[in-house]
Amino acid sequence: MKAKIHVYLKDSINTDEIIPARYLNSDKEEELAKHAMEDLDKGFAKKAKKGDFIVAGKDFGCGSSREHAIWALRGAGIKGVIAESFARIFYRNAINNGFLAIECREIDKNLKSGDIIELSLEKGFFTVKDRKYRFTPIPEFVKEIMEKGGLLKRLTT
Amino acid sequence: MKKTITEKILRGRAGELVERPIDLIMCHDVTTPPAIKMLKKIGINKVWDKNKIVVCPDHFVPNKDIQSAELAKELDQWVKEQGIKHYYKLGCHGVCHAILPEQGHVKPGMVIVGADSHTCTYGALGSFSTGIGSTDAAYVLASGKLWFKVPPTLRFNITGKMPKGFSAKDIILYIISQIGVDGAQYKAMEFGGEVIHRLLDEEKMTICNMAIEAGAKNGIIETKDYYSDKGCKYEKVYNYNISDLEPIVAYPHLPSKGKPISKAVRDNIKIDQVFIGSCTNGRYSDMEQAAQILKGKKVKARTIIIPATTEVYKKCLKNGLIELFLESGCVVSTPTCGPCLGGHMGVLAQGEKCVSTTNRNFVGRMGHPKSQVYLASPRVAAISAIKGKIAHPR
Repeated sequence: MKAKIHVYLKDSINTDEIIPARYLNSDKEEELAKHAMEDLDKGFAKKAKKGDFIVAGKDFGCGSSREHAIWALRGAGIKGVIAESFARIFYRNAINNGFLAIECREIDKNLKSGDIIELSLEKGFFTVKDRKYRFTPIPEFVKEIMEKGGLLKRLTT
Repeated sequence: MKKTITEKILRGRAGELVERPIDLIMCHDVTTPPAIKMLKKIGINKVWDKNKIVVCPDHFVPNKDIQSAELAKELDQWVKEQGIKHYYKLGCHGVCHAILPEQGHVKPGMVIVGADSHTCTYGALGSFSTGIGSTDAAYVLASGKLWFKVPPTLRFNITGKMPKGFSAKDIILYIISQIGVDGAQYKAMEFGGEVIHRLLDEEKMTICNMAIEAGAKNGIIETKDYYSDKGCKYEKVYNYNISDLEPIVAYPHLPSKGKPISKAVRDNIKIDQVFIGSCTNGRYSDMEQAAQILKGKKVKARTIIIPATTEVYKKCLKNGLIELFLESGCVVSTPTCGPCLGGHMGVLAQGEKCVSTTNRNFVGRMGHPKSQVYLASPRVAAISAIKGKIAHPR
């Protein structure tokens, strides 16, 4: 899988930056998408294209339990986030929505916004211009939830 | 095998995946309407148990605009349709994490989830409680159970004597300043020691409420009947003596940027607004602490005081606190989460600074992305309101 990345090498990018609470009076994905990452990068919603990834530092998604954070990113076209680590509620919400949250300890300053990465989920690494970044393979039971299309499918199948 | 209180309640060892029946789920006006839509979409028309759901519209009450009114209406219709027993609608409303313990829904040993990150508050009464998203909430509403990875426990022993002007809020702001916003990520934070056990339940709630600000799965305090076994395995034990500490102010833009109040005084931080309230510090004892300082004084910064529940509001009214606040030049609002999340009832303009008794000071949290929030206790907030700048509550 090839994808363009948007890089924010900052720790603790929180849910108020991903989708400010002032927009939580709506739960519509297309509405939330317009404000994705707004307080961190005002132009994000316009830049993001379908299938892109975000690359970030440690503790991505800390703060509120709002699943709106996932929906805003997904609505903006983002397929997944690659971060050094994730806050736990965000991580769980990602799994439950079948949204890719990839934990990669090898993220470094050589990664630049606009780079194209080649991602192998099965083998657990991505490459950029010959550089290789390994990440924690996605756990089996998480894969199972994602393959089914989200947690709620467990209730009906 | 010796176990921590969290391991006991979740019935598993740290690291183990367990599926547990849920004793109680808390639902509010922002995260529940999406869960309702998800259930409708997959054709699940009935909740698993209408007696184990507590619904507290609180974030945008009274409805702040047409969009939030639509969400509130959706929630209201669902509550009636399902016959949900515990519904704290406008008139008996309040901030969810103040309502549940106040109304006796929280008991030691329970497994509680809530579609809100500060659900970790209820650990103050010896329950396992944690925040979840809307999909997890939908899953629980349908099935009454949820999977958990049993967290390892960090134990915090707090000893010494409470310094002058020091509050429970300062204890948790101090801890987070030491371990960082991801210092307890995925873990249980267990608070104990002589200082903790002398606190009021309300003060214990302030501490557990902010466990999430260190990334924790839950915050918890032992009770007479629910406790960690002697010799149980903690991942790490922190011992803090607070006798020589000062009240803490968390600088923008992270709850972990706590500094001693004397530093904040030296920095001469002029403020535009003070907010006293929220699920962290909107209970009666918080109102009382603010009142002791505000009594007979006038505020210089605009000051918004919001008792967290209708019951707290009534008690303030009965005991003359509301009048005292108004005489000091403060405004008092009906319970709402409003200003804490920049929702309504006290949004900040560009460049404005606010001392707030809430739990988060992220960029844009209370309004404009270029506004600034300093987190502090009700005592620090009250004295700062009077001085118009951050001040020491001795």
